[in-house]
Amino acid sequence: MCQSSVLNTDSLSKIDAIVEKYRGAPGALIPVLHAVQAEFGYLSQDVQARVAECLNIPAVKVSGVVSFYHFFTDKAKGRFEVGICMGTACYVRGAAEIVREFEKHLGIKMGETTKDQKFTLSSTRCIGACGLAPVVTVNDDVYGKLTVDKVKDLVQSYREK
Amino acid sequence: MIRSHILVCAGAGCVSSKSRLVKEELLTRLKLQDLTEEIRVIETGCIGTCDLGPVLVLYPEGVFYQKVGVEDVAEIVEEHLVRGRVVQRLLYKEPLSEEILEKMADLEFFRRQYRIALHNTGAIDPDNIEEYIARDGYFALGKVLSEMTPETVISEIKQSGLRGRGGGGFPTGLKWEFAARSTSSTKFVVCNADEGDPGAFMDRSILEGDPHTIIESMAIAGYAIGADQGYVYCRAEYPLAIERFVSALEKAREMGFLGENVLGSTFSFELELRVGAGAFVCGEETALLSSIEGNRGEPRPRPPFPAVKGLWDSPTIINNVETYANIPSIILKGAEWFNKIGTEKSKGTKVFAMAGKINNTGLVEVPMGTTLRELVYEIGGGIPGNKKFKAAQTGGPSGGCLTEANLDTAMDYDTLLSLGSMMGSGGLIVMDENTCMVDIARFFLDFTKDESCGKCSPCRIGTTRMLQILERIVNGEGIPEDIDALEKLASFIKDTSLCGLGQSAPNPVLSTLRNFRDEYEAHIYDKRCPAGSCQALIHFTINAATCIGCGICAKHCPSSAIVGERKKPFSILDDQCVKCGVCVQECPFQAIERR
Amino acid sequence: MSTVTVTINGQTVDVPVNTTVLEAAKQIGIDIPKLCHLKDLNEIGACRICVVEVEGRRNLPASCVLPVEEGMVVKTHSKRVLEARRMNVQLMLSVHPQDCLKCVRNQNCQLQALTHDLGVREGFPVDYDPTPLDQGAVIHRDPNKCILCRRCVTTCEQVQGVTILGALERGIETVISPAWHGSLGDVSCTFCGQCVQACPVGAIYERNDTQIVWDMLNSEDYVVVQVAPAVRTALGEEFGLPAGTDVTGKMVTALRRLGFNKVFDTNFTADVTIMEEGHELLDRIGKQELPLLTSCSPGWIRFVEEQYPQLTKHLSTCKSPQQMFGALAKTYLAKEEKVDPKVIKTVSIMPCTAKKYEAERPEMKDSGFRDVDAVLTTRELALLMKQAGVQLDRLPEEEYDAPMGMSSGAAVLFGQSGGVMEAALRTLLAAYPERVKLVQNDGVSQVLIDGEQVEVKVVSGLSQARQVLEDIANGKNTAQFIEIMACPGGCINGGGQPTVMDPELRQDVIAKRRSAIKDLDKAAAIAGSHENPAVQRLYETFLDHPLSSKSHHLLHTQYKPKVQDPVKNSHYDHTGTGAN
Repeated sequence: MCQSSVLNTDSLSKIDAIVEKYRGAPGALIPVLHAVQAEFGYLSQDVQARVAECLNIPAVKVSGVVSFYHFFTDKAKGRFEVGICMGTACYVRGAAEIVREFEKHLGIKMGETTKDQKFTLSSTRCIGACGLAPVVTVNDDVYGKLTVDKVKDLVQSYREK
Repeated sequence: MIRSHILVCAGAGCVSSKSRLVKEELLTRLKLQDLTEEIRVIETGCIGTCDLGPVLVLYPEGVFYQKVGVEDVAEIVEEHLVRGRVVQRLLYKEPLSEEILEKMADLEFFRRQYRIALHNTGAIDPDNIEEYIARDGYFALGKVLSEMTPETVISEIKQSGLRGRGGGGFPTGLKWEFAARSTSSTKFVVCNADEGDPGAFMDRSILEGDPHTIIESMAIAGYAIGADQGYVYCRAEYPLAIERFVSALEKAREMGFLGENVLGSTFSFELELRVGAGAFVCGEETALLSSIEGNRGEPRPRPPFPAVKGLWDSPTIINNVETYANIPSIILKGAEWFNKIGTEKSKGTKVFAMAGKINNTGLVEVPMGTTLRELVYEIGGGIPGNKKFKAAQTGGPSGGCLTEANLDTAMDYDTLLSLGSMMGSGGLIVMDENTCMVDIARFFLDFTKDESCGKCSPCRIGTTRMLQILERIVNGEGIPEDIDALEKLASFIKDTSLCGLGQSAPNPVLSTLRNFRDEYEAHIYDKRCPAGSCQALIHFTINAATCIGCGICAKHCPSSAIVGERKKPFSILDDQCVKCGVCVQECPFQAIERR
Repeated sequence: MSTVTVTINGQTVDVPVNTTVLEAAKQIGIDIPKLCHLKDLNEIGACRICVVEVEGRRNLPASCVLPVEEGMVVKTHSKRVLEARRMNVQLMLSVHPQDCLKCVRNQNCQLQALTHDLGVREGFPVDYDPTPLDQGAVIHRDPNKCILCRRCVTTCEQVQGVTILGALERGIETVISPAWHGSLGDVSCTFCGQCVQACPVGAIYERNDTQIVWDMLNSEDYVVVQVAPAVRTALGEEFGLPAGTDVTGKMVTALRRLGFNKVFDTNFTADVTIMEEGHELLDRIGKQELPLLTSCSPGWIRFVEEQYPQLTKHLSTCKSPQQMFGALAKTYLAKEEKVDPKVIKTVSIMPCTAKKYEAERPEMKDSGFRDVDAVLTTRELALLMKQAGVQLDRLPEEEYDAPMGMSSGAAVLFGQSGGVMEAALRTLLAAYPERVKLVQNDGVSQVLIDGEQVEVKVVSGLSQARQVLEDIANGKNTAQFIEIMACPGGCINGGGQPTVMDPELRQDVIAKRRSAIKDLDKAAAIAGSHENPAVQRLYETFLDHPLSSKSHHLLHTQYKPKVQDPVKNSHYDHTGTGAN
């Protein structure tokens, strides 16, 4: 068991269990952070501190890794994460206009989350579905060959969920 | 008795187009018709024709159905499988000749290909190890362990002339030899599956469609250099590839292709998958190693090269997915066979991921030396809407563009370099007359600036400054000195950056400056975007001669930028116009021009 | 060893294999400029200033990480190379505040010197998003000035083993910072200041307390000053004197002329420390927790408290000489000089940044007042003197005031690693010849105390200290008395000492400071602490005897596992102006 933290015991034991799974594996930090983020949705400072403590890694190293990689986030995201692929194929086929359209309908800018915590709008790196460009993902759902006029309905369909 | 096989493409592209639902529907319909004993449905990796998905191939005839929806399944089952009649409306039509083609082999897209790295991708069920074995899978590993010494393996790879498919084109056999030479007791084999080049997806497709090839090759590499541990570093953006690869690892372990005493030999080999976390720079080999070690993905200076001092300071070879995918065939068919394919200095084939403004988007594998024209027009089916070919970007953010003048040059490592581009991982993004080359340069710089690790100052600050200048130009605020400043910064960053990311970051700018300087000049001097793509430089005007003064445009304008009196020509207030283009769509008389 | 022959700027030179091009050039008198390089420590090739042209290579590799190869032909200062260096500096300046004139490192900045030497006269427009300053502790950071050379990061991690600073974010957003963009005051920073010494620019520096001292000097208060041993052989550097010049007498004169009521010596309480700590050791042998760890170095104390709280019981209960001085100044001195302790202000001049923190620890007020009121580093003292127009080398030499200015040669040794140990053994062996015996002549590694074999050990630098603590925690430690200093080499290399701009000269400068300290010991009239008549009188008239209840009250403290964080409860104003 690792020591002191402000997290509740349930969260603590979840982190401990994940760290335990990777203990001894060389270079365990990134796999642990992936697993912990999958559990909590994001990596708060407290969570990061706990990971550092349990893995016996200086806190600044954990903070440095989390802030280096785009996949890790220290902020809570909305229920639906809208990811607009900004790969070259998607860009050439009009991803920038799709971005503007989503920003308009969600009332937020790229990287932001709506006040009701329902949507987060983000850009993703090429997801390799270039044949379907432009591509947008909403959590695990993929929408290919998206056009500007379909955006409004797409947003609406998730609003109702 | 199985009389027919149906291949359902389950590459990430087709899965996104709901191919899984099509498969479910197929199974349901076959059951209804009581055909499950006779007809087998196989979920394969990427067949290659991504924009035609979901795609089905029916064997033994080889009939190719495209854009198959769930609602089409009943008809395929009843017509094709029960009555033996091909469903015409789901067949593929060549975009240029408009000819309707029935069989997969008839498609120009497939006819021109020579598949080595992709020979199983799209042809087998990746989750079924028996299918892999049935196509000579793990035979190369068996051959290596029973008949070959590490030295002969390396010499075979060297003789084949195989060069790294990840970008640099370094001779693979030589790399292995460096690592083999070291007497270190700990060595590592690493597979670079951090396919960060936007627009390239061959590595993803191989991992998804033929994971065992990579496992087999890495074991062979381990045997050759004397390593007993390997790592595959795959980007997090590829969940399906991760899932299939992890499952393949388990099956390979169960069957004794991994673990202690592989195939009963004295050779032991373990393999682990590590998932990246979203950093393009981790495609650079030393950054990739830092990342596996659990650190920020910051490159280290070379020398020492990883083959001498790599993962946890031990000798390490790093090859990319496509490179590994060539190994089993070379071992089984011999270096001489491989050597005959391709050009003098670029042997074998290359997988290209074609995307952008092209009809047949997808993955193709062709002999090195195939021309750009063959790729774009014959295999790729030309450009949608018969628009004019303007350029093709190869090598992604590290590469450059090829122009119309280069259409007939043979694509290989050295030719592309001499044209100021590079092979890179094989992404090929086609651009037409509506693509602004300055904006494309800006797009790539935005990418590299964002992906710069921040360690060395030329890349960190230099790309930021270059991007500022490019943004200024596309916003119509460019000044004449900007072109000179871009060139100076570009050559400085290339000269002095620590790693390949920085050293190649200016390439898209240099290459567009060389080939499309007039577009830069138009933006800077005339405040005009010739492709009509840069928002800030687009202007809408009403042609007074055609305008009848109906006022429909003014009614639809969201920013009240159109003014006028009814029955007289209207006009657009440029400073209020938000350039949305609604007026152009709404005008019944095509009186509004966009320039 | 096999050698290779390379040609640099037309000259051939034979150098051993694995030599870098940078070093090879140096051998033939060519100085290749650099910013991030620290030999054997920070060899990361990040700043790209040291790039050179190598025949047959397309790009310009960094010479600091480029091993020589047989037949290599190198140009270190070609037109292409110089243009690249200029462009690089221009880019660095484009994200750097343009307030050189007001910068703490003005005229002592590697980037500034490089800009000058390369003749950079123009550049890109300055354009960066300002990052807030970190002024939450005694060490301040200005991330805007940081050039990301990472010398501080490597020093913090590898030399000190503390790993407080690191790179966060990436690309143009990259910043060197404690975890989560926090303040140094929020983390386990020891305030040792080695990062300050590592920084080539003005991105990390100590809190400026000179105004507080000026205000004291301009008040009606009775202001006394103490000067730590390591200051006297380093201060001269700030005035252009060669490294290792002893300026004790001139410094005393200068301090007196600045207006201090009394000019005293921390060496006096170093002698007192030996009396107290020596007896503590004698007392602990066979009775209490061993090993006994010295407690003079506040960075080291904080390191134990933060990282190994369970081992604080091993720390000597003695306060550091600085704190003993403060406590005695407001009690003993007040009595001796018949001054109301309320008006006594104590200022210390320290080679150390952590001393500022130590003085602010909440428990350091056993005199009934704050024991130490202000701490200046050697650098800040030089500033004070320059502001007062002091021409140090032209001053006459004067003596410290009595009674707290008298000291032994042993005391001055506190200024360098190993000095406390030597001073302690010197006194123990001489004062208790029956109880304490040296068993080894060729060193001081073993003594017999009351027939028990006592192994002693000297360690400096916190990485080494960590090893000692690990050994204690794992039962592998064999020593009973261990001297530990936070800074490698001890206080002569303290975080508050004059900055040596060229890192390659640093070790040499430190060696000279050290040898000057040793010379002072040799020249001292009194050898051992116990022989200091002023200390003897202190015990006779005030403290009774070492470890008396009065000395326990004033000169000792108890380092406990969980201390209240003094940084956040400090009496100082942390907003930067130091107005207090």
